[in-house]
Amino acid sequence: MFAAALIVLVPISALFLRSAGLTWDQFIAAAFSPRVMASYRLSFGGALIAAVFNVIAGLIVAWVLVRYDFPFRKLVDALVDLPFALPTAVAGVALTALYAPKGVLGKALLSIGIKAAFTPLGVVLAMIFIGLPFVVRTVQPVLQDLEDEHEEAAVSLGADRWQVFTYVILPSILPALVTGFALAFARALGEYGSVIFIAGNMPGVSEIAPLMIVTKLEQYDYAGASAIATVMLVAAFAMLLVINSAQKWHQTRLAGR
Amino acid sequence: MKIAQSHGGSGKQARSVIDGLEADVVTLALAYDIDAIAEHAGLLPADWQGRLPNNSSPYTSTIVFLVRKGNPQHIKDWDDLVKPGVAVITPNPKTSGGARWNYLAAWAYADAKFGHDEKQTRAFMTALFKNVPVLDSGARGATTSFVQRGLGDVLLAWENEALMAEQSFGKDDFQIVRPSLSILTEPPVAVIDKVVDRHKTRAEAEEYLKHLYSPEAQELAAKHFYRPTDPAVAAKVKDRFPAMTLVNIADLGGWQKAQQTHFTDGAIFDQIMGAARQ
Repeated sequence: MFAAALIVLVPISALFLRSAGLTWDQFIAAAFSPRVMASYRLSFGGALIAAVFNVIAGLIVAWVLVRYDFPFRKLVDALVDLPFALPTAVAGVALTALYAPKGVLGKALLSIGIKAAFTPLGVVLAMIFIGLPFVVRTVQPVLQDLEDEHEEAAVSLGADRWQVFTYVILPSILPALVTGFALAFARALGEYGSVIFIAGNMPGVSEIAPLMIVTKLEQYDYAGASAIATVMLVAAFAMLLVINSAQKWHQTRLAGR
Repeated sequence: MKIAQSHGGSGKQARSVIDGLEADVVTLALAYDIDAIAEHAGLLPADWQGRLPNNSSPYTSTIVFLVRKGNPQHIKDWDDLVKPGVAVITPNPKTSGGARWNYLAAWAYADAKFGHDEKQTRAFMTALFKNVPVLDSGARGATTSFVQRGLGDVLLAWENEALMAEQSFGKDDFQIVRPSLSILTEPPVAVIDKVVDRHKTRAEAEEYLKHLYSPEAQELAAKHFYRPTDPAVAAKVKDRFPAMTLVNIADLGGWQKAQQTHFTDGAIFDQIMGAARQ
């Protein structure tokens, strides 16, 4: 436990130390310039949209995998893990090829007037791709363990299918959904490799926050890079803390009933 | 002696050395990155670049245009790149050391064209970057965008990369256009003094770098599309490397000044990108 804590905490404290070399004004200038602010909006906003989408899509995928039997189900089940296994740069290059104006999907989208690659939309699409397995893999085992008796009891008491879902199934899988959401969100926020190729990286428009860190490093501005990283870390930590406490509160409320 | 190759960006490699990667020798894309090793880690003296001939660059290259077969947009020179409707692919000079040469080549052209009038030069650069649809983070990404994604009408590239692309993808798809003025790109090499002294490998490291200037190594460099600096070898391969008007980085005040003026946060490149978006 102690060793594990060291492995995680030492790099994080090194990060804070690096940015501690800055004065307050320098820190503000590095971490909150308009261009960096635009990158936070894209990174946090994109990660949020992608995670919300993934909660819905991931639940449907997990549901279908658990409740239905169909040809190649095992294969589809295995395919879900692909974004985990794929090197991120490979995913990025593949997604860009797909969504670029000349790519299969890009061409189709362009014909209805939507530009995907090299826009914020492309960033969100990449974030969805890498985040989906987190939701599927956290929800799937919980769905599997749900006992049929609960649903049967609900039906015998006169609940319709929608009531069974909202009053019986959803409360049981909600913690898993929230965990999946948090994981997908965190992954999308920190993602570099698979997003950077499709982003287009236009200043103020499609630059993600991790790219701003790389840009600072490229100028040997270690302190400035750490300042941005610190802001991201604190913001991400705050969001995860809120999610976790909401979950705690939800659980105690359930237990108290 | 072990040679470890890394094909990451020049700046990333320099940071590895600064952070303690024990390299005896570095060969990077621009002198600024080796300057950074001297400045931030003090592993070699600040005047390292004078220790070997030709600014410590055994071979050189330049920035050229790669266009699509038949040159449908009739691109001949830098002026054609600022025309409305022409899409130019070049990586972000803030994240790609190699792309800083692309940017400076364009700047040098505009600077000469407008007789050092900075206002007009900036307007030219703004028009140029208005035509850049995607800023890839590295040179390889930009080449992929242009060659495989089919993005853009012209790719700004190192001549060796362009010649290699022309060779590997076939002249049926791409051709090289050499502008009337470009920049002499000097990818420098240096021995990292503190590391070789600790490893006791100074003799081998120095010998290796000296060997890069030998006729055999020069021919090898030419084979890989770099311009050799050895006059005899250069004469032999002059058909492959047409003579061009080239400025060098010293004409622009050296890397430290170029970096300060153009590429630090809020400097000219950021201002140009701000103006180009309006």
